[in-house]
Amino acid sequence: MTGAHTTDPILSVNDLVVAVAGRIKIVRGVSFDIAPGEILGLVGESGCGKSMTSLAAMGLLPPAIGVTKGRILLGGTDITRLAPHERVERGCGRIAMIFQEPMTSLNPVLRIGDQIEEAIRVHDPDVVPAVRARELLDMVRIPDAAHQLSAFPHELSGGMRQRVMIAIALACRPSVLIADEPTTALDVTVQRQVLGLIRELCDTLDMGVLFITHDLGVVAQLADRVAVMYAGGLVETGDVVPLFAAPLHPYTAGLMGCLPDPDSDDPLLATIPGSAPRPDEVGDGCPFAPRCPRVADICRRGAVPVRHTDTGQAVRCHFPLNGEAST
Amino acid sequence: MGRYILHRTGAAIATLIAASIIIFAFIHLIPGDPVYVMLGDGATPDQVAALRQRLGLDEPVIAQYFIWAGNALQGDLGQSVFFDTPVTQVIAEGAETSILLALITMVWIVGFGIPVGVLAAVRQGRWIDQGLSGLAMLLASVPTFWVGLYLILIFAAGLGWFPSSGYPSIFEEGGLSNLRYLVLPSLALAAPNAALILRLTRASMLDVSREDYVRTARAKGIRPSRVVVRHILRNALLAVVSAFGFTFAALISEAVVTETVFALPGVGRTVVQSILRRDYPVIQGVILIIVCLYLVINLLVDLSYRLLDPRVELE
Repeated sequence: MTGAHTTDPILSVNDLVVAVAGRIKIVRGVSFDIAPGEILGLVGESGCGKSMTSLAAMGLLPPAIGVTKGRILLGGTDITRLAPHERVERGCGRIAMIFQEPMTSLNPVLRIGDQIEEAIRVHDPDVVPAVRARELLDMVRIPDAAHQLSAFPHELSGGMRQRVMIAIALACRPSVLIADEPTTALDVTVQRQVLGLIRELCDTLDMGVLFITHDLGVVAQLADRVAVMYAGGLVETGDVVPLFAAPLHPYTAGLMGCLPDPDSDDPLLATIPGSAPRPDEVGDGCPFAPRCPRVADICRRGAVPVRHTDTGQAVRCHFPLNGEAST
Repeated sequence: MGRYILHRTGAAIATLIAASIIIFAFIHLIPGDPVYVMLGDGATPDQVAALRQRLGLDEPVIAQYFIWAGNALQGDLGQSVFFDTPVTQVIAEGAETSILLALITMVWIVGFGIPVGVLAAVRQGRWIDQGLSGLAMLLASVPTFWVGLYLILIFAAGLGWFPSSGYPSIFEEGGLSNLRYLVLPSLALAAPNAALILRLTRASMLDVSREDYVRTARAKGIRPSRVVVRHILRNALLAVVSAFGFTFAALISEAVVTETVFALPGVGRTVVQSILRRDYPVIQGVILIIVCLYLVINLLVDLSYRLLDPRVELE
């Protein structure tokens, strides 16, 4: 399910399947492309496989979990199943990641400067690490960079730590940055600053960004394109404006219905009835069928084909909401 | 840092004072008149009066404490009733054996427990981990004297590689080669403690390896060996270092048994014999020195903790 692109994708994920112990699929056949300078928002409820998709792309899946099918291409090079250090050894390590919890993502006993320089030495052997580290702290707008390099993580605020994480990611000179809920743990004002920084770095460095979140508001504000994930698979992708204006998949529409509407008189937030299936409960048909208001018999039988619209949206649904989508 | 040291040292001194009161009181807490206990039933009134005066027992109790503590501060722990020599001299005679035994034991504990714990953690779930963890469980469960007896049986009586008992000083004939007398005792003493440190290192490594910052380190693309040493081990050692204080306490009590099994002329054996001889001044002196050592070692552990972990506040 890929949208129309004019440039070649920098990151291309094809039919990715991730499974626990080789059997229980937690990501089922996910495909997407990201172009340089583009932010793809990957949206879904917790447990839908967003983080596992990103960890697979980063080569950081936990021990018992592995990629059982599909390919991940970075700038055309296959990096599937390679750990980050193997990618560096093969010269295809230009991908970096920032994580949800800035408070625990930095080593508490090492100085900020050491942690950044460690990444610089691996990815940028020709520069002077201390100089480059200062440059990176300036890039992520950390004031008084020279002084902060000798600080320990616990001496910095959450927002500052997330900026340090971004600096570490940038030290890898990434052509793709994966951001897994990077602002969820931050205050709203700090959140906005960090999002602004990511957008700016994406533009100036021409990086592709995979931005993972469960927050539709953040996606609307930041992303160029959106991919909606449900129970391990993508249900809808499209450019951010048309997708938000007219969601095609009942699940996407349901998610948006859950956003508080300031014009509504109804004091209760809408919810989607039921809950997402566990990975071992998903069968052949549409995984959303048990909760879907438009469900029919056909939804429970066999794989659901992808339909494309002329606005560039793609949806995996037999009965998309605006009826115009063609197979 | 300066204030931290001052604060911790102050706390240690307060503990030492409290401990010294208990150690002093020990002679008065034992049922019966200590002088009769020490001299036995056949003592003449003259002997009783003489010993009572020598021990300072005819002074008021409070005054006795201050005299005893004041002398101790000046390095005078009193006279041994049995040997009729200064207690410090009795202790000093066993000190060389005990200090060397403790040092060699610590070398085994650190040199075996930590690297092997790291190995087991890195190979978690593989046969080598299961084998090492099983060995650690075995060593931690069997009593020191049992390990000691088996070591004697195999390496002294059977293979004849090491002597089974005694220890001539390294300052006597034989020099440093006399250390071979301490190999088996130190192994026996190290076994349960090394096993403990091994298991602690392994568990702590596994805990730390699940931390977010280890994932960050991996994401940087640095070599796995560097992730293990710089990011996992460095943090895992925090838990291990704080266990050394307790390990030391365990060593002291186990050393008494080990020195007895291997007939080593150490402080541990001096204590056992002094208890049998009811030589109270020696017992008091040894306990006071052990308390001091324990406090100093725990102070050092606390201070090194501060150096290893920048999050530990100065206060």
